[in-house]
Amino acid sequence: MKCSRWIPFVAALLAGVGLWSAEAGAQGTIKIAYTDPLSGPFAQVGDQNLQQFKYIIDWINGRGGALGKKFELVAFDNKSQPSDALLALKSATDQNMPIIMQCSGSNIAAALIEAVDKHNERNPDNRIIYVNCGAVATELTNEKCSYWHYRMDAHVGMKAETMVHALPKDVTKVYLLNQDYLFGQSVQRDVKTYLTKLRPDVKVVGDELIPLGKVKDFSPYITKIKASGAQALITGNWGPDMTLLIKAGMDSGLDIRYYTMYAHLGGGATAIGPAGNGKVRSVMAFHENIAVETGKTDTEGWTKQFRDQHKFDFYAAGFRTIFEFLQAAINKAGSTDPAKIAAALEGLTITDMLGYQVTMRKDDHQILSEYFVGVFTKGVKYDSEGTGLGWKTEVTVPAKDLAQPTTCKMKRPG
Amino acid sequence: MEVLLVSLLNGLVYGMLLFMLASGLTLIFSMMGVLNFAHASVYMLGAYFAYDVSRHVGFWPALVLAPILCGILGALIEMYGLRRVHKNGHIAELLFTFGLAFIIEKAVQMIWGLLPVPYRVPAALDHTLFHVYGTNFPAYRGFMLLISGLMFLGIWLMLTRTRMGLVIQAALTHPEMVGALGHNVPRVFTTVFSGGCALAGLAGVIGGNYLVTEPSMAFTMGPIVFVVVVFGGLGSLAGCFIASLIMGYVQTFAVVLEYSPADALAALGITVTSATPLSEFLTIPLPRIGALLPFVMLIVILLFKPRGLMGTRDT
Repeated sequence: MKCSRWIPFVAALLAGVGLWSAEAGAQGTIKIAYTDPLSGPFAQVGDQNLQQFKYIIDWINGRGGALGKKFELVAFDNKSQPSDALLALKSATDQNMPIIMQCSGSNIAAALIEAVDKHNERNPDNRIIYVNCGAVATELTNEKCSYWHYRMDAHVGMKAETMVHALPKDVTKVYLLNQDYLFGQSVQRDVKTYLTKLRPDVKVVGDELIPLGKVKDFSPYITKIKASGAQALITGNWGPDMTLLIKAGMDSGLDIRYYTMYAHLGGGATAIGPAGNGKVRSVMAFHENIAVETGKTDTEGWTKQFRDQHKFDFYAAGFRTIFEFLQAAINKAGSTDPAKIAAALEGLTITDMLGYQVTMRKDDHQILSEYFVGVFTKGVKYDSEGTGLGWKTEVTVPAKDLAQPTTCKMKRPG
Repeated sequence: MEVLLVSLLNGLVYGMLLFMLASGLTLIFSMMGVLNFAHASVYMLGAYFAYDVSRHVGFWPALVLAPILCGILGALIEMYGLRRVHKNGHIAELLFTFGLAFIIEKAVQMIWGLLPVPYRVPAALDHTLFHVYGTNFPAYRGFMLLISGLMFLGIWLMLTRTRMGLVIQAALTHPEMVGALGHNVPRVFTTVFSGGCALAGLAGVIGGNYLVTEPSMAFTMGPIVFVVVVFGGLGSLAGCFIASLIMGYVQTFAVVLEYSPADALAALGITVTSATPLSEFLTIPLPRIGALLPFVMLIVILLFKPRGLMGTRDT
């Protein structure tokens, strides 16, 4: 029985280690996994997101983080592959991170929603929240909705409705060109739905799907659009598929209205160039001149500081809203336990950097915020990427007008 | 008619751009038996070099300087890389260039960033040459056609009218014999590799502002260039030229022609309904599979005419 003497000692030691690690947990950071393409053809998208997240996190940590802890972003490259995104999820749950974030690729988002659901059901003591910062296929908060999925960007249906509202009365012939995958098909379907509903006089003269990231020369498409007699082109294309399309259109002198969802992202302005003055419009959550137009000088100063440090525009107002939401939810929950954060997020309303009320709708976890249609033009205070042209607001849609009914039947954990 | 004419022009411009890229590769491939995976990466470097040079001294010096830089880089790669690897056979060479392509892409991302760079068409060429039924034909595209035409002529004259060209031509078909006759085959190799890279660089200078200069441009252009080289056949510049134009036209017209296999069957009197076997496949319109067609053609030609269109010898 010699060793019995050791038992209290060992127990005390173990307790000490336990205490120490618990303390380290309390003092530690709130780790957020972030997965997006950081290599491959769409790397520029993930990289710009990352730089803006870093800027936002520094700012929010400077304002106390949440519960006295700082936010920390841990980036995982998913190479635009769902399988790699699932590996990132596995690493995140292995390290007990409370939140995983993903922005680009609705196909990846669909895979993540399913995997997060399964994981949380099987591991009630190690749950994770999926914050969707930009995968916008409409079904993700409808048929495919999940309690653990919080979408912090307007979905395609909302963007499509905004776009259709912004079509002037004299435009009666439109051409749709989208990428052939979950998101592009979603744009195609929703734009047509809202055209039938709101503008039955508009005719769809062309409806095209292109392979994602494969087309190098868009001139043949431009020829087709031109021949169709369309007055407006509507596209959800992003990355090289967007820049190459618009560049080809500008070069061929295709003088119609371009309605896009992502031309305001980095690289867009460079591709459009001075020739695009007044032709290209984008449905967006933010551009740097909104703060100027609405006289929000503090926000203007904040984005100006980003502008001085980076080569592209700050476009991710939605990302700042995400962190303000997380800050508010964690403070409200008084804990970093994912289940408690999730409960606190539901139905939460905050005021965003432009002074609008933003709500996380309880029914389907879809964010409801204001949205804008901007036109790329001369004569604005902040130009984009040194082109001399920048974005100017044409239409402002308040959050209440953007709210669409949902078919989501949310299953809440019991 | 309008669409036909504009598409003929579009296909020609794109085909000639492909030719500029593929001609260098076909020379290297024919001579050294190496499918240079880094070829499209050199094309990308050409565009970035041109962007940097044109920012300081203008587009016209860049048109000359960027290909020279790419040529020097090519010579260095051949002398200090490929030649050492060559001892271990073609697979080692292939893998070497494969790795090089990734390193160049990463280097470009680190030096110039992930965003597209504002490499623009020079002001002197930034106007419309003529209109085709209201569609602009930019002067720059005319310039592209001119440069690629001159390039074709230049390579052809060099290969057929100079001593160096004759040695290269001989080495294309009978490399061992040329060596046995006492020619400095390694130097010929270096010259060809360096020249091929310079041609890729020139394609980059021209293509970089026609398309968009960004780090994924090599990745998107690479596969199609291989298809052109294999389709055209080994050791044949004319085959490469024809294959480039065919690929340019196939991709252009695949977009414009809104037909599906079902329409072809309908012409034969067979109606495809949802009950027909494979109906999902048969009703896919051509534009949706257009990007795939070159690869279908590659497989078909490898099965039925493995030497390519005008190939003179086996790989």
